[in-house]
Amino acid sequence: MALVPSWTYCGNRPEEEPVAERKYREVLLDPLVDNNPISLQVLGICSALAVTSKLETSVAMALSVTFVLGLSNAAVSLIRHYIPSSIRIIVQMTIIASLVIVVDQILKAYAFGASKQLSVFVGLIITNCIVMGRAEAFAMKNPPLVSALDGIGNALGYSLILLLVGFVRELFGSGKLWGVPVMPNWYQTNGLLLLPPSAFFLIGFLIWAIRTWKPEQVEHEG
Amino acid sequence: MARDTIGQTLLVATVLCVVCSVLVASAAVGLRSRQEANKQLDQMKNVLIAAGLFDKKENSADEVNEIFEASIERVLIDLESGAEADSSQVNAETYDQREAARDPKLSQTIESAAELGGIKRREKYSFVYRVKGESGEIEKVVLPIYGKGLWSTVYGFLAVGVDASTVEGITFYEHGETPGLGGEIENPAWTALWKGKTVFNDSGEVVLEVVKGSVNPESAAADHQVDGLSGATITSKGVSQLVHYWMGPHGFGPFLDLLRQSAGGGTSG
Repeated sequence: MALVPSWTYCGNRPEEEPVAERKYREVLLDPLVDNNPISLQVLGICSALAVTSKLETSVAMALSVTFVLGLSNAAVSLIRHYIPSSIRIIVQMTIIASLVIVVDQILKAYAFGASKQLSVFVGLIITNCIVMGRAEAFAMKNPPLVSALDGIGNALGYSLILLLVGFVRELFGSGKLWGVPVMPNWYQTNGLLLLPPSAFFLIGFLIWAIRTWKPEQVEHEG
Repeated sequence: MARDTIGQTLLVATVLCVVCSVLVASAAVGLRSRQEANKQLDQMKNVLIAAGLFDKKENSADEVNEIFEASIERVLIDLESGAEADSSQVNAETYDQREAARDPKLSQTIESAAELGGIKRREKYSFVYRVKGESGEIEKVVLPIYGKGLWSTVYGFLAVGVDASTVEGITFYEHGETPGLGGEIENPAWTALWKGKTVFNDSGEVVLEVVKGSVNPESAAADHQVDGLSGATITSKGVSQLVHYWMGPHGFGPFLDLLRQSAGGGTSG
């Protein structure tokens, strides 16, 4: 396998308590802005840099992660009472990895172009810490339905950032949207936006914007 | 707790493995025919891209079949003689070139392992794609090429003109190189640099290569050199090596000789 980006590093994740009584709606919508896995928890950054140079790949990645995260959370939650704690991480990994392979196969069959561009990054959903993090922090402690919603909610929060970044990068980086030229002729495309570092800037600006809008997300030292 | 006993641990692990492998296997088997069709279409598309007949910006994937039918003729050749393969020996309709490279009957050993980056066998027969102009004369030929990069075998197509030396285009369509580094071999901006380069020098040796850094346009050898990919020295070397092998006497050399003769014969006669 090629060089593996180091997004297995998972940063600081707030510990979560079981929330059986939390409303489904809240579980689903909370991760969109208030508890966004990328902008608040700063997880899954590497894939967000790698696949967002175009809207099409962003959408393919967003759908793949939503599928994997929803199902992996549901599956882990279903068998959570049977998983021996000594092998729980590898059990979660096996479930996630199997789902990722299925997604990869489906993409190769139905979205060949996108799957070629996503290349190793679909396979690396396995190590995306959002997926592992939700399985370990939420699905191990909550019933299947609410776990599935939590997975989908977090994936949607991830997707939202991916789509915003993909939109900006494709629009200003290549003057196109979904491969169709939309910018006027005089527009000089900005090549920097096609390179991965630009996603760092964009995500940084996004985090700034969100934390200005919702100051309670700002982390205070000490 | 009961679930933490060794028995339970083994049981959960076994059941999980069986369920997951059934899931993965059924997805792989169930979708294989569609994936194969996609791969084939992608190969055809890349033949067209190498031949300069398909532009990702202008053409859509639906047109691949149409353009391919209209201007490409696929021929199976015997690499050793360079002539069309004897149809009593091998059936061009069912011939699978990738499989053949592994089949002892349809492949042969590569004499010196270093020639093709450590690949030990290659197929005896290969497809070549003749690109025809409007009046039906051959304008270019597209040759399938492959070799080792850093991590993986890279597969591509190289198009040469009827002089058997001028590069008309090159594409790489399947590889496992690092995205952004070696993976840049599929970048159209880089493959565009190949166009117009010449493979052979005056004494008929294969001299086309990817150099380290950029090509000095003043140098006499600039015609035979392509800019290297930064951060991808080994992939670049692999590409040089595979071009060297496939264009050389153990690869398509005999075929290219025949092509040159027929082109020469065409102009004098």
